[in-house]
Amino acid sequence: MTIDMEQFYDIFFEESLEGLDVMEQSLLAISSSGESDSETINTIFRAAHSIKGGSGTFGFTSVSKFTHVLETLLDEVREGERVLTEESIELLLRSCDCLRTMIFALQARNTPNLEQSTQLIEAFNRISQSEDMSNDSTESNPPQSAEADSDSGDWVITFIPDAGILQTGNEPLRLFKELETLGVLSCEASVTNMPDIDDLVPDQCCLSWRLELKQSDTDREEILEIFDWVIDECEVDVQPLESKTVNKDTSGVEESLTESPSESTSSEPPAASTPAPKEASNEQEVRTNTTASASSIRVGIDKVDNLFNLVGELVITQSMLSELGNNFDMSKLEKLSNGLEQLLQNTKEMQESVMRIRMLPISFAFNRFPRMIRDLSVKIDKKVELIIQGENTELDKTVMEKISDPLVHLVRNAIDHGIETSEERVAKDKPEEGNIRLNAYHQGGNIVIEVGDDGKGLNKEVIFNKAVEKGLIERETQLTEPEIFDLIFQPGFSTAHQVSDISGRGVGMDVVKRNIKSLGGRILIESEVDIGTTIKVHLPLTLAILDGQLVRVGQEVYVVPLLSIVESLQIKSELVNRVSGDILLYRLREDNVPIIRIYEEFGIEAENTDIDNALLVVVEGDGQKVGLLVDELLAQQQVVIKSLESNYKRVEGISGATILGDGSVSMILDIPGLISCASKRSRKCSRRRAA
Amino acid sequence: MNKIEVPDQFVDNNEFQLEGIDFITSGDQYLTFTLGEENYGIDILVVSEIRGWDSPTLIPNAPSHMKGVTNLRGAIVPIIDLRILFHLGHSDYKPTTVVIVISLSNEHVDRTMGFVVDSVSDVLNANENEVKSHAAFGGSVSPHYVDGLVNVGEDIVTLLNVEQLLSLEEDNAEH
Repeated sequence: MTIDMEQFYDIFFEESLEGLDVMEQSLLAISSSGESDSETINTIFRAAHSIKGGSGTFGFTSVSKFTHVLETLLDEVREGERVLTEESIELLLRSCDCLRTMIFALQARNTPNLEQSTQLIEAFNRISQSEDMSNDSTESNPPQSAEADSDSGDWVITFIPDAGILQTGNEPLRLFKELETLGVLSCEASVTNMPDIDDLVPDQCCLSWRLELKQSDTDREEILEIFDWVIDECEVDVQPLESKTVNKDTSGVEESLTESPSESTSSEPPAASTPAPKEASNEQEVRTNTTASASSIRVGIDKVDNLFNLVGELVITQSMLSELGNNFDMSKLEKLSNGLEQLLQNTKEMQESVMRIRMLPISFAFNRFPRMIRDLSVKIDKKVELIIQGENTELDKTVMEKISDPLVHLVRNAIDHGIETSEERVAKDKPEEGNIRLNAYHQGGNIVIEVGDDGKGLNKEVIFNKAVEKGLIERETQLTEPEIFDLIFQPGFSTAHQVSDISGRGVGMDVVKRNIKSLGGRILIESEVDIGTTIKVHLPLTLAILDGQLVRVGQEVYVVPLLSIVESLQIKSELVNRVSGDILLYRLREDNVPIIRIYEEFGIEAENTDIDNALLVVVEGDGQKVGLLVDELLAQQQVVIKSLESNYKRVEGISGATILGDGSVSMILDIPGLISCASKRSRKCSRRRAA
Repeated sequence: MNKIEVPDQFVDNNEFQLEGIDFITSGDQYLTFTLGEENYGIDILVVSEIRGWDSPTLIPNAPSHMKGVTNLRGAIVPIIDLRILFHLGHSDYKPTTVVIVISLSNEHVDRTMGFVVDSVSDVLNANENEVKSHAAFGGSVSPHYVDGLVNVGEDIVTLLNVEQLLSLEEDNAEH
């Protein structure tokens, strides 16, 4: 039976990436606290070890070789033979990055680029060598990584498994297949211990093997590693082929081999070249099987249990209802309505519970920042401390994935443009170390993510002048403070005097805003010169479900997102004013709200085109209030958002579609889109009229 | 003892035999339909279903051939009126009016769409060599929608390029 290993690849990749995250966080913890307790070291070691084990099992030799080097160093640290210096932490962090790129490459079914890892391996060797010299320790700790590079040759492996090896689920054949990937394997089975056919117990293994591995560039460690799982249940002896009879002392052999690596390789000319193409062809095989990997998510068992209970209740309700339906008469009407009530309750709870499964704590997005800030602060020589709050706030997984890149941008901007250099800070009587604050909390149906700094703040004049200079606005334009701050989200706007490689190319903030808008979110800036800047990102908790108000215009039913509705009212004609040609403004207390006629915007027929006594739904989008003229207000309900783009394309003023209770499709209005659409149209109209 | 009688109708019935031939003949199969007086055909492999006409939900500011979207078992599917797209004049939606739902997923397009046609007629077999290149003298149907022409008796069936139909090029051009 062959097991399709590929089905486990994704799990391996995911676990490895998780492991790398753990390593990185622990390393950062050590580097910031300056002391390494054994528990943290063990955590790092375990993570490295499982990556190594996993990659070995799946035949990703490049990864396992590299992690092996890491592990060696970590092992020494664990044993107290070595102290984790700042330098080695840096090196380990870089190795995490390197491993991550390698795993990403494997995930894309590509051959990982070994250049970086080789460099890092060399760096590790340098560390261990220099340490060895300075320690002048008598215990010889042969640099294993060097072995991995130079030690090569032919090996004889004697493998005598215990009789019970098959019962523990180990199959010698698999081990041999694994060995085969290391070189040319020849195999000889010994049947000397074979009992008579009458005494033969089929699930006992009475065979033993003598294996010859040729043309491999592996070392003993690597071969033994393959037998890692069965080492307790067998006798394994690995000896170099040539010197088998000469030298029985293992350590001696190892030394003799490390000293004369050229000898063994030269005796087998293709030795060095064969394994590489083989590996490549393996990878190619894998590549042919490119399937879009479905991402998965880890869910706490309590959430699943909760869902399970709810489904149980649902089944009970369902059976009760069908019981009722079997012989129904009017006397049972009350029972029926009770049952339906219960069904409603159940489905609601279930919906919430399913949504909760999709929710992840935002720490998944925040966790990359300590590392980033550490690197950046070194790079641009600013002292920065990161304060993270509310990292347990939960957020839909898809929203999280889409928000992490914009967040990176915001944080980079905060460090690069926000925080001043130490000298500047001292001159301003501020603490030398700058603060970056990340905060997340729920507010209504939204999640708010704040990125704050205590840096120099946004200078309104500079921004205004810059915008004029770039031709984004006219000099005479009167803008309020939020409007000025909003200018930095314009495409092609950058106030940094010099372009740095961290930020300041003038692309970025507009992309940030676009991404956040596409998620149905808003972005707000609060800033005060020399006090700091706080950028608040408001996002919907989930992209899948929306609370909506159904409105009717003529024959069509539209969904207005409930969150954007300010109020609904009946128009009093004396409060309507016509200004600048054709724009109708409604006086809503102190505000003047432009009226958008949906039927005009969408080119449909409406019942009521008379402005008197019509219904107006006042909505807010992008900080602007407008009134939507509708024929009728219908129910409020939760709607499941369906994409129009999957089969059609983006439609201006529409954020998606949904299916109503009667099976018909209804469009969901995109309020900011509708506003910009309407202003564009009215401008076009007036221009046409002028012409 | 029990002899199985083959009913005569199965042997003699012409229709039955014709149907059988449909499945054994070589060549590609096309679903043919009518738009006004004209016959059109599309590759049968991309047709996922044929459903009755049901007035869809309007898409705001969409071109006139885009009739709207409808709910196809939870998926939002746009409906295009081929008559309008091909400038063949308007027509009332009659009981025979049907929507051919086409879904195609390859490297260029990945879409499901419905196309309103007057009626569905037949399944046509055509070898590659029977498909003639279409006349290059214009007509109201944009030439890039047409793959070729096939003669069927006295009629001509225009074979349509499905990928092009689903590409929404017309829509994008108008906006």
